[in-house]
Amino acid sequence: MSAVPTPAEREAVDDLLGPPGSSWEGGTIRSGDLRVAFGGYRRSVENRHMLLPALHAVQARVGWISKGALNYVCERLGVPPAEAYGVAGFYALLALEERPPRVAHVCDDVACGPVGGVAMLEELGDRPDVHASPCLGQCDRAPAVFVQRAPEGDTVLVGATPDQVMEALGGDAPHQPEVAVPQSGDPSLRLLRRVGVVNPTSLDEYRATGGYQALRKALELGSDGVIAEIRTANLRGRGGAAFPMGIKWDGVARSPVNPRYLICNADESEPGTFKDRVLMEGDPFALIESMTIAGLTIGAELGFLYIRAEYPLAMACLEEAAAAARAAGLLGEDVAGSGRSFDIEIRRGGGAYICGEETALMNSIEGKRGEPRNKPPFPTQVGLFGRPTVINNVETLVNVLDIVLTGGDAFARIGTAESTGPKLFCLAGAVARPGVYEVDFGETLGGLIELAGGITGTGELGAVMLGGAAGVFVGEEHLDMPLTFEDSRVRNATLGSGVILVFDHATDFRSVARRIARFFRDESCGQCVPCRVGTVRQEELLARHLGGGPFEEELFDDIARVMMDASICGLGHTASTAIRSAVDLGLLGNGHG
Amino acid sequence: MLGVGGGTSSYQEIETTDAILLWGSNAREAHPIFFHHLMKGVRNGATLYTVDPRRTTSAMWADVWLGIDVGSDIALANTLGREIIVSGLHNRAFIDHATFGFDDYAEAVEPWTLERGAEVTGVPAAVIRRMAHDYATAEQAQICWTLGITEHHNATDNVLALINLALLTGHVGRYGSGLVPIRGQNNVQGGGDMGALPNKLPGFQDVADPVSRGKFEALWGRSVPQQPGKHISLMLEAMETGEITALYVIGENPAQSEARSDHVRGILSGLEFMLVQDMFMTRTAELADVVFPAAAGWAESEGTVTSSERRVQRVRKALDPPGSARDDLDIISALADQMGHGWGYPTAEELWDELRSLSPLHAGMSYRRLDESGGLQWPCPDEDHPGTLFLHGGLWEDPMPRDQVPFMPTPWVPPVDELTDDYPIRLTTGRRLDSYNTGVQSGGYGSPLRAKVAVEVAPEDGATLGLSEGQQVSVTSRRGSIDVPVYFHRSLRPGLAFMAVHDPDEADVNLLTVDVWDPKSGTAEFKATAVRIGPVV
Repeated sequence: MSAVPTPAEREAVDDLLGPPGSSWEGGTIRSGDLRVAFGGYRRSVENRHMLLPALHAVQARVGWISKGALNYVCERLGVPPAEAYGVAGFYALLALEERPPRVAHVCDDVACGPVGGVAMLEELGDRPDVHASPCLGQCDRAPAVFVQRAPEGDTVLVGATPDQVMEALGGDAPHQPEVAVPQSGDPSLRLLRRVGVVNPTSLDEYRATGGYQALRKALELGSDGVIAEIRTANLRGRGGAAFPMGIKWDGVARSPVNPRYLICNADESEPGTFKDRVLMEGDPFALIESMTIAGLTIGAELGFLYIRAEYPLAMACLEEAAAAARAAGLLGEDVAGSGRSFDIEIRRGGGAYICGEETALMNSIEGKRGEPRNKPPFPTQVGLFGRPTVINNVETLVNVLDIVLTGGDAFARIGTAESTGPKLFCLAGAVARPGVYEVDFGETLGGLIELAGGITGTGELGAVMLGGAAGVFVGEEHLDMPLTFEDSRVRNATLGSGVILVFDHATDFRSVARRIARFFRDESCGQCVPCRVGTVRQEELLARHLGGGPFEEELFDDIARVMMDASICGLGHTASTAIRSAVDLGLLGNGHG
Repeated sequence: MLGVGGGTSSYQEIETTDAILLWGSNAREAHPIFFHHLMKGVRNGATLYTVDPRRTTSAMWADVWLGIDVGSDIALANTLGREIIVSGLHNRAFIDHATFGFDDYAEAVEPWTLERGAEVTGVPAAVIRRMAHDYATAEQAQICWTLGITEHHNATDNVLALINLALLTGHVGRYGSGLVPIRGQNNVQGGGDMGALPNKLPGFQDVADPVSRGKFEALWGRSVPQQPGKHISLMLEAMETGEITALYVIGENPAQSEARSDHVRGILSGLEFMLVQDMFMTRTAELADVVFPAAAGWAESEGTVTSSERRVQRVRKALDPPGSARDDLDIISALADQMGHGWGYPTAEELWDELRSLSPLHAGMSYRRLDESGGLQWPCPDEDHPGTLFLHGGLWEDPMPRDQVPFMPTPWVPPVDELTDDYPIRLTTGRRLDSYNTGVQSGGYGSPLRAKVAVEVAPEDGATLGLSEGQQVSVTSRRGSIDVPVYFHRSLRPGLAFMAVHDPDEADVNLLTVDVWDPKSGTAEFKATAVRIGPVV
């Protein structure tokens, strides 16, 4: 007989899925079960999307996923155990080996590592309940620690010390830090206007400050009207690819296929990025309202909000906001009295950067390993569950509110001709006032750094990591560059996800580069060979360089070219770009100390 | 009944069919390649029913699993037939056009109400009803079966009961609809094609038919016996009575594969002479007077194989066989030489061309065409013919180019080996994914999937009998007793036990099985043995 679940494991799964049916679905044996069983492949397909939530439920309750628990999840869902094992093993935050119920993930990534993350890991020493972590999206409050706590619930420490980590592992969780932005209260703010000002849990306050006016307006405009405004606004995606959003929405809205889906990509995992977290923690109703408008506009009745697991506070805020909206008739079968149906399901990632890639994210929601799909077909044709799907980043969606309220023309007048509207940037590292900043497109890089109080540390700029680990390093000569899609393109840079991570002149960039290489090595999903092997070889090369060896430029370029040419998704395509740019700036390589 | 012995449909058809009845088959483990095609069909939306006493790993993929009592297949089929008729779901136009004997059939199944079917099979009436309606109303539907149907004393009636359902609904002779006996290895079909059947010449031509026989006699310059030969069960009887005294065994292991194997080994040992030609030193070969080591059919010899979908494919020689092993064709030719018949040493292609000249089914399949196409499906009567995707399309043509086909009423008879208080547990046998038949080819290799050699019982029976997992138990039938470890398995219900056939050296299940066999097919009732299970005393 195979491994069986403990009562706690069974209860964790049943709390999520409800009580089991027949004994073939994990229930106790009834005589009829011996003669007939239903479901089979069909049941497996219908239930598969609940696999990751069920695994999360066990992980959150018990702290790891035993064979008995995995078997029980499989029985409940009709999913073959080998498949479920493959999924569970994909996610860093799901443990298939027994480990302590509380585990601290200490960020030692590019922002946190140099300012205490690495030192904290050294001080805490080699313990089964302390792991190094990639970026946790708290770069303005470094160093950050994410603590998984079964069964109490996960928490985040910011500006953390080793003592606080030990306390979180042993005793009570500290109070979750409150969200704030340096520009709080500035009347010219659009996206951030409520953050740190309005109580994020209050639907009444949200409405009192203009909330849900955009939904009413959108219902008046109708689907075609909203899409027309968005096209006029020339809104481009803020997740990094800058794709014109009107085209996506139009494509799905016109599709004859039903059902169709909306996804909000809140899997904000690009190192140095935290803007979406700030929006979700500070103004969750804005995202719920935006998604509602998006869903109604494209004809979806269900939207998924996929959020990284390392954002427990944002997740709680959004769940609360969605529940409040539902209770007020703003989500559900009859949205705001329109007779139209739309609702939102919130899904949690499992600690996998790759799931920020849109098709990997869809596979993750579907209960599969979060491996990117080949494109085409594109999600607007074959997306979630094989249906037409619009997938947008949090910041992109929140822009919809202003476009609907003030009109596409007004929006298009903000910023430049090609880069319209306001834009959020994540300022962190060696700046005086780190945080999320909202500016109109066109502000210069240097201007933004001044807005954040200028360079600290040695006071002299070493380099700026622009756009994230998948972005580029730029130096002094880029400080006059207007932050727009077109200028960054012309000057071989990228805005990426809005990361402006500032390093002072004393930074050891060989160490930073190696951390970036380690990040890509760890986060490569392993599906395609160029990236799976290339990211490992690249990391080894940088380790040799950090150890005092020469920078093997020819080999580096070979690896980079193969990953660029032959990888399935953007991870492989961009895994070398930041490091290559650092070489070009003379920050590493053979000319360097 | 329908004619030649082969599956009517191609693999590609099951990938787009609407309903699949997988009956008496654990194809996921025993026919994994076919199951892969079947699962494509399920993924494309086909409704899958599995009929099997055990909830096998195939059944786990099914929309509906019916856990019938062992040997109640005809009861289920007759009940389905009646339900289809009384619901008016039978295809009256097809029945009138292509069949005869419907009224007798309808009368024969009339007593098989849903209630009676439920009582005999053990499966709830509502489920049987749903299966009947789903099968009858599907646009396309297939019935696929294997040894769960054929390893019974009434195997032929079991098959006829399924064929009746296809005739009733018109689910035969059309793309996507058919009757599919799945073959157990890559070339079982090819063996039949080549006339390795007691009553058939190559190409399924009847030995009793003087015209067919005449073609062979003209080419071979010899008369061909018009009496059918004996199938294996009859051969064993004839050996026992002394009618047969010498045996030439090619690639078979009857010392372990037949029911009541100790009895069979006694018979084989009593022969005056036995010659075994095999790749392996099997248990049968150990009893032989002479053993010819044979080359492997795969990679060591030239020729063809025929798959379950009647597709003839080339196999090619890549290696010389090891040691003194020789190609089967070479051995047979040399043997003929020694017996004073100069057959020469024909190549595989020369032999194939002779077959093509005699078998209309294969006439168009030159080696050149087989090479070019990657395989052709018979019938393929001439070199311009593309091969045949599915059989019996003629049943739908008007006028029909063939005779009407008969309904054959099938009375239900329970398994021969009765359950009594002394032998209260039904033991059934089967196969596992990682092993093959008596283990000759697979037992020598390890597998991460290899299950322990054991008798499996329902967890409830384990508790009732006071057994613990891994404990050595005696399994006793009316014919013998073996000692094996016991394990509990949820695929079994109380009163049902299972053993795999793969490990005759450690657990000779065929010491227990009953050697009653179907008079037409000669297959013994391996699937239904009455046993008792208890601690070793």
